[in-house]
Amino acid sequence: MRNVKHVAFILSTAALLAACSTPQPEAKKPEVVEAKPEPVKQADTRAVEPVKAEVDELDIPGGKLANRSVYFDFDSYVVREDGKEVVSNHAAYLGKNQRTILIQGNTDERGGSEYNLALGQKRAEAVRKSMAALGVAESRMEAVSLGEEKPKAEGHNEEAWSQNRRADIVYKAK
Amino acid sequence: MNKAKFMFVVAGTAFALSAQAQLRVEISGVGSNQIPVAIGPCANEASAPAQISEIVKADLTRSGMFKIIDATPTTNLMQTEATSWKARGADALVACSVQTLGNGQFEVQYRLMSTVQGNDLSGFRAPMPNQYGRLAAHKIADDVYEKLTGIKGVFSTRIAYVVQQGRQYRLEVADADGENVIPALTSTEPIISPSWSPDGTKVAYVSFEQRKPVVYVQNLVTRQRTVVANEKGNNSAPAWSPDGKRLAVALSKTGNTQIFIVNADGSGIRRLTNGSTIDTEPQFSADGQSIYFTSDRSGGPQIYRMSVNGGEPQRMTFGSSYNISPRISADGKTLAYISRREGGAFQLFVLDLESRQEQRLSDTTSDDSPSFAPNGKYILYATQNGGRRSLAVASTDGRVKQRLSIQAGNIKEPTWGPFMK
Repeated sequence: MRNVKHVAFILSTAALLAACSTPQPEAKKPEVVEAKPEPVKQADTRAVEPVKAEVDELDIPGGKLANRSVYFDFDSYVVREDGKEVVSNHAAYLGKNQRTILIQGNTDERGGSEYNLALGQKRAEAVRKSMAALGVAESRMEAVSLGEEKPKAEGHNEEAWSQNRRADIVYKAK
Repeated sequence: MNKAKFMFVVAGTAFALSAQAQLRVEISGVGSNQIPVAIGPCANEASAPAQISEIVKADLTRSGMFKIIDATPTTNLMQTEATSWKARGADALVACSVQTLGNGQFEVQYRLMSTVQGNDLSGFRAPMPNQYGRLAAHKIADDVYEKLTGIKGVFSTRIAYVVQQGRQYRLEVADADGENVIPALTSTEPIISPSWSPDGTKVAYVSFEQRKPVVYVQNLVTRQRTVVANEKGNNSAPAWSPDGKRLAVALSKTGNTQIFIVNADGSGIRRLTNGSTIDTEPQFSADGQSIYFTSDRSGGPQIYRMSVNGGEPQRMTFGSSYNISPRISADGKTLAYISRREGGAFQLFVLDLESRQEQRLSDTTSDDSPSFAPNGKYILYATQNGGRRSLAVASTDGRVKQRLSIQAGNIKEPTWGPFMK
């Protein structure tokens, strides 16, 4: 932009000079001026052009996309009110960004490992369906279950169990 | 010098850990009408590769069916007059002898005598490889149990279970008394739901080694592993058909978990249940005609039965809003399962399918993974005490209870193996 201005200035100066001199047949002035912008270029090294970094809102600590877990009640695969916001935030993000996700369903340790594996799958599916309803393409989501095998909280009480009854939204590498 | 000392301590710790990995058996409760049996040391027992008579005694005691009378003979029991033991309160006398054969073998001879009639009730003489010293004892205990109770003994059968130590998982095979532990599979990802083939040479299980649940069949003898089900989604809950040719599995490839039947080599997969809810944990009945399974089609999980050819499932459990993990006894009369009761306790129950009588078998509150002994008289299951997973055995009549625990790590997902030929 700035260079263009300079070129314009030089061009107009050249045109003025040409006008003052004896009229001549069509000359090759542009080539000459464009070849020597040196004196002006010197001043350019101090220029600062502000740039706005494109921060992926997914990575903002404490941002609304930082919460990627949807929690469930015991033996339930119904997405609760507190989970709906998590689902809609990530559905909105996926609407603007070409990312793919894995939804991992988990359960607490109580009950059988096989029923819990199936329950975890239902939880992952519940989140997947909620996101699909908000317009996320099926091809960009995969629902899997870890059952009771990978607890986040290690305790054997309701506090730990409530943390483990959950589906996690995991973004796959770009 | 310091370094050498440190090395010694490390080696000592490693040894202690492996020794602690042994199962410990605790017994509580006894059967009614225990049969008094006198057992003494085998003749020449010191030359045997295992403490034969002690193992026989421990087996019979653990069953809860016998009162053991220690016979410390002045004479060789093999030549004794059995009736002389009647006065000591014994109904039967067990005598044995051992002989070294060379070629890595030993011979064990055993007699079971009635102290009432003085006659022989049973006995055998058999050569055994030295590494099967414990097996020889279990076979004697099996024979005593069968001849005196009329029920086949399960002391020579094996169990499989999963041990988790930190991030390491081991599928282990052990004798029914928890001894003679052999790791069949080690992994850094979870292993669940082991299931013995009817001939006892293979175990089907679910391994997460591919970062998702996949069903494998592992030949214990040859180490060969076959992927039986690796469809999109979860592949789990393998259960063998009685002829060992097919497996019922639970797959989530349709979105929700449903029951499928697949050939043992992974071919010919076909869907059995058709619903939008959870259907899982299939089990074949002994005649191979029915499948028992867990389904939450009515809301909470309940146990259902349906024909292996399809059709409408019939609900089997009603006593609670949460009944899972069906296992059916070999005679088809008793259903074992885990039920969630008042206060959130998960407990082992049995249901008599004829009388519809339900009975709770455990006092613990975090039970899972029941499996019947092949004679139907005992149920092995996983439970929890002191925040750690352990195994327990209850007699199907609820009278005898045992606990098997290990010092290090969690032990879970047990399954009782079949009678071996």
